[in-house]
Amino acid sequence: MISQIFILSSKGDHLIYKDFRGEESKDSINVFYEMVTALSGDQPPVVMSHKGLHFIHARQGGLYWVASTKTNPSPFTIIEFLNRLAALTKDYCGSLSEKSVRMNFALIYELLDEMVDFGYIQTTSTDILKNFIQTEAVSSKPFSLFDLSNVGLFGAETQQSKVAPSVAASRPIMSSRGEQGGKNEIFVDVIERLSVVIGSKGVLMKADIHGEIKIKCFLPSCSEMRIGLNEELSIGKSQLKGYSSAVRVDECRFHQAVKLDEFDTFRILKVCPSQGEQTVMQYQLCDELPCAPPFQLFPSVEKDYVNRSVNLSMVLIFLKLRCDLPPKSTALNVSITVPVPKGSTSMSQELSSPDQTAELQPKNKALLWEIPRFPGGAQLSALFKVDVPGLSSASLLEVGPVSMSFELPKQTCTGLQIRFLRLSPTQTGLSQRWVRYVTHSDSYTIRI
Amino acid sequence: MPYFGSEEMVKELKRALSNPNVQADRLRYKNYITKVIRYMTQGLDVSALFMDMVKASATVDIAQKKLVYLYMCTYASDKPDLALLAINTLRKDCADPNPMVRGLALRNMCNFRMPGMTEYIEQPIVAGLRDKASYVRRVAVLGCAKMHSLQPNTDIDGTIVNELYALLRDPDPVVVVNCLRALEEILKDEGGVVINKPIAHHLLNRMKDLDSWAQSEVLTFLLRYRPRSDDELFDILSLLDSFLQSAHAHVAVATLRLFLQLASAHPAVQADALLCTSAPLLATCGAASRELRFAGLCHVQQVMRSQPGLFGTHYKRFFCGYSEPTYIKFRKMEILVELVNDENVALVLEELRSYCTDVSPELAQAAIAAIGRIAQTYSEKCLDILTGLLALKQDHITSAVIQMFRDLVWFCPQSTAAVCQTVEACVDSPQDSEGKQALLWLLGEHGDQISSAPYVMEGYIDGLKTELSSAVKMELLTASVKMFLCRPAETQDMLGRLLHYCIEEESDVCVRDRALLCYRLLQRGVEETRKVVTGPKSDPSMSVLTGRQEEPISQWASTFNTLGPLSGCDLCPQTAVISAADQPSSSAEKELLPESTDVTLSSPDDTEEEISLSLGPPLSHETFEKMWLDLEILQRQTMGFPRPRTALDTLQAALQLVKIQTLAFTPGATVPWKAYIYTRSTGTLILAELLQGDQHAPGIDESLVVSVKQQPVNQHAIRGFVSILKGVLGDVW
Repeated sequence: MISQIFILSSKGDHLIYKDFRGEESKDSINVFYEMVTALSGDQPPVVMSHKGLHFIHARQGGLYWVASTKTNPSPFTIIEFLNRLAALTKDYCGSLSEKSVRMNFALIYELLDEMVDFGYIQTTSTDILKNFIQTEAVSSKPFSLFDLSNVGLFGAETQQSKVAPSVAASRPIMSSRGEQGGKNEIFVDVIERLSVVIGSKGVLMKADIHGEIKIKCFLPSCSEMRIGLNEELSIGKSQLKGYSSAVRVDECRFHQAVKLDEFDTFRILKVCPSQGEQTVMQYQLCDELPCAPPFQLFPSVEKDYVNRSVNLSMVLIFLKLRCDLPPKSTALNVSITVPVPKGSTSMSQELSSPDQTAELQPKNKALLWEIPRFPGGAQLSALFKVDVPGLSSASLLEVGPVSMSFELPKQTCTGLQIRFLRLSPTQTGLSQRWVRYVTHSDSYTIRI
Repeated sequence: MPYFGSEEMVKELKRALSNPNVQADRLRYKNYITKVIRYMTQGLDVSALFMDMVKASATVDIAQKKLVYLYMCTYASDKPDLALLAINTLRKDCADPNPMVRGLALRNMCNFRMPGMTEYIEQPIVAGLRDKASYVRRVAVLGCAKMHSLQPNTDIDGTIVNELYALLRDPDPVVVVNCLRALEEILKDEGGVVINKPIAHHLLNRMKDLDSWAQSEVLTFLLRYRPRSDDELFDILSLLDSFLQSAHAHVAVATLRLFLQLASAHPAVQADALLCTSAPLLATCGAASRELRFAGLCHVQQVMRSQPGLFGTHYKRFFCGYSEPTYIKFRKMEILVELVNDENVALVLEELRSYCTDVSPELAQAAIAAIGRIAQTYSEKCLDILTGLLALKQDHITSAVIQMFRDLVWFCPQSTAAVCQTVEACVDSPQDSEGKQALLWLLGEHGDQISSAPYVMEGYIDGLKTELSSAVKMELLTASVKMFLCRPAETQDMLGRLLHYCIEEESDVCVRDRALLCYRLLQRGVEETRKVVTGPKSDPSMSVLTGRQEEPISQWASTFNTLGPLSGCDLCPQTAVISAADQPSSSAEKELLPESTDVTLSSPDDTEEEISLSLGPPLSHETFEKMWLDLEILQRQTMGFPRPRTALDTLQAALQLVKIQTLAFTPGATVPWKAYIYTRSTGTLILAELLQGDQHAPGIDESLVVSVKQQPVNQHAIRGFVSILKGVLGDVW
């Protein structure tokens, strides 16, 4: 059972504090904050104890979501509950930030009051909660038409008529009484996280894909919805791969509200989405990428003495990066981090276009190369000259491994697609349905 | 967090709240109330506004009501007299036609934590238990628990308990779970809620209706149910089978725990359950939330204690992502080390190698330590990597590598030659004291194989004045003496200087004593010194000890899915590493103490024969009696001679001499004669009773009978104890 729940800003300001059992004083907030800030990076902060009181916390949206307890509960339950609390806060307030929590604290207190009683979790389902929540959310960012016209999906420049703006989904779910009332939208997002290790010779050493299908529903009430996935989707390792371009995942798990009676034959998920965000399906694919890895790197690292007598030396890092996506798609916000030898003092670079940037970060002894847009099939190269006084040949070993982060809008690496999205004919009112795909790099490492 | 001018602020709020114009304007009024709550959250004391807030509670606006209730619950214990004023409104709300208002009022009224509340809330709670709205019943059920916690020492109200047991059949799932929770709290002193067969089966049948939170909670309650027969057990397990694969990690893990507990007599079922849950567990290890990831990793570590092979094929899932926080990377490395086998060793090492140049020195050192541990099995491959790392010439890497070399030489003597060659070639030396100690140990122990050893050591001796760590100085003394024994010509001069400095000028007592010890030892002659100083150069058997054995599942099943693995499991593996790392140096220290050499060197083998008793803190009569009644007799033995004829004081003193404490005995020549004694030995407590003169059995009348009980059981200690006891009694007699 939970004794207290509190939300702190990263600076330790008290945003929300609720005591459910009156077992502990409010001082425990300060105790927690002192403990969590005193930890060094290698100490696990998730569970901390102080005089028989255990603090379990999760970090979401730059905030500390903390539960304290005097019993010994299941850590999974508490952590998942805190994550759920954060997700609900996001649903109700539109976005998750210190500002939105501050502005909507009355709403969050109301939520907490219904979700937890005497330290016991009562419910976290939006369907039930929405009957009880009376306070209206205050949007931290006023919705303006200007946002609509400029920003496309995930920041991509696309035809706005076909694509929902990226901010469209970040608004409070309960704003039906507000000015945008009646905007009956439903978003189905397929999000994949890619973690890849590519060996020094370009060999794929590890490739895992974690994917999920999320629904964000703004309809006040929604009858059954049918989500059709690729018909050729196969699940499990055992099935033979023929010549067809079958989409395969190793295993998948569904939200308990999903009805699967048509899944085995037609790959159709039936679900009655409740208001807010929920994950209807999680799947993963391990040790295999159905497509080529999105990026290949061809590095060359050399040592170059400028002036041997004063021991002025530099490392030449030449990177050739190829994007193996189909020509029509684009990778966004690509950033490449290359560790450089300790003692690197300065860097000069030659980049192929002015919108790219590169900088040396002496604190992380790494150089950071950023490419805002990277079209599929393109190849970019860059030359970095890093000055390292007193360079030895062994220092070159410190260059690498290269890590990348990026975002691939409109892409799924498994090839999972949503064929159709049908609301049952009894659904009243007009509704707009959006399907969005994105692949994030969870961890993309290339050894040199 | 008192704010500047806080009193002013409270006064201003008070003025505003009592202003009739504000009160008339609903929005403005509510705004001020919101402000009060905001200050309250920030830690400001706004209890002075209680009266005004009570007034504000009489409203139809439910949102405003909720805010006011939150305020009142916070300050009710500070202002009990004022809070009583609010109760009327609350009780009226409890009869409101709107179930939401009823529930809200009842919940908040029960949350007033002040004495004397019980008389006001009892009646609404009882009414609430029978309310037709499930929302109110949920609140009322937990209200019973709240009422009990207000008066924890009063008698348990039987009617309420019965009513709660009856409500376990409620159609609303949350009411059912709340009943369990409430009963658990109310009946805490009696061991909590009783889960008998009908209740257990009822709960199992309701599982599908519950939401995930309730499911995991019910699964935890079911842990205390013991099925009567195997048939029932397997029925239950097959009913729960689908929950092992639940999309919610907390349900899957709670189910696994229940499986492990229920099927403790069926290892095959346990193994199946573990296999089933390995997928959800692995999924949490890759979850988006890093906290969940961490929890998953900690539990994977637990499972691996019994089933190290379960995750073997998934080793790649434990490769670190570059953006992960360090504490997750640490866990992953620990797991990777355990998962190494012939097939994946190359890939795992390559992966670990890439962490060695990480920005964070702690992470780099941990990666090197991980390679060092793998080196105990795959020494050749790892040595290449470690040697390559030395070329980087970074202090923290060099230090960690040297420390690993030391451990490697100790555990795997076959790698000694290669290590010595590398150390010889290694130009720069570690800068931190841990690394220095390791290097010195290597130089001293294997000085004969490292040709440059005396010169390196001379460098340290010359720099002695600037050395801060006394541990390094001690190691330097030991190493120099060892070096002197194998290469006297090169070492004699500097050893003299070293001893002179340490005896004459050193301020640290420990270092000085160590120097004196070395000096006197050397005075006894080289051969004597050699006998004392040179111990075994390696201990391959140690690596067998540090290598994990498969533990039975029961060892960790009780802490599975609790906070234990997250906060405490770092203790187990890390201490193992530390003690392994400490081993060489500490044993080297022991070797230097002449009087203890024989003992320490021989003790590991002798433990089977020798047993040492110790006194420890005295036991009270009560504790003894309680333990005596709780424990079972492990051994009963006839001594073969009657009780000593000497005075009892002498007997007591004699027993005390061998560290056996006497608790009580019957005086003089009474028959039957009894004595209770106890002692401690290596972690166990031994209790014994000496008895003579059982009148009903005249045959053994003359002989003394000893009955021994022990906690925890250690047969070996008992044998030792009995033989010591026999010896003493024989002597006295």
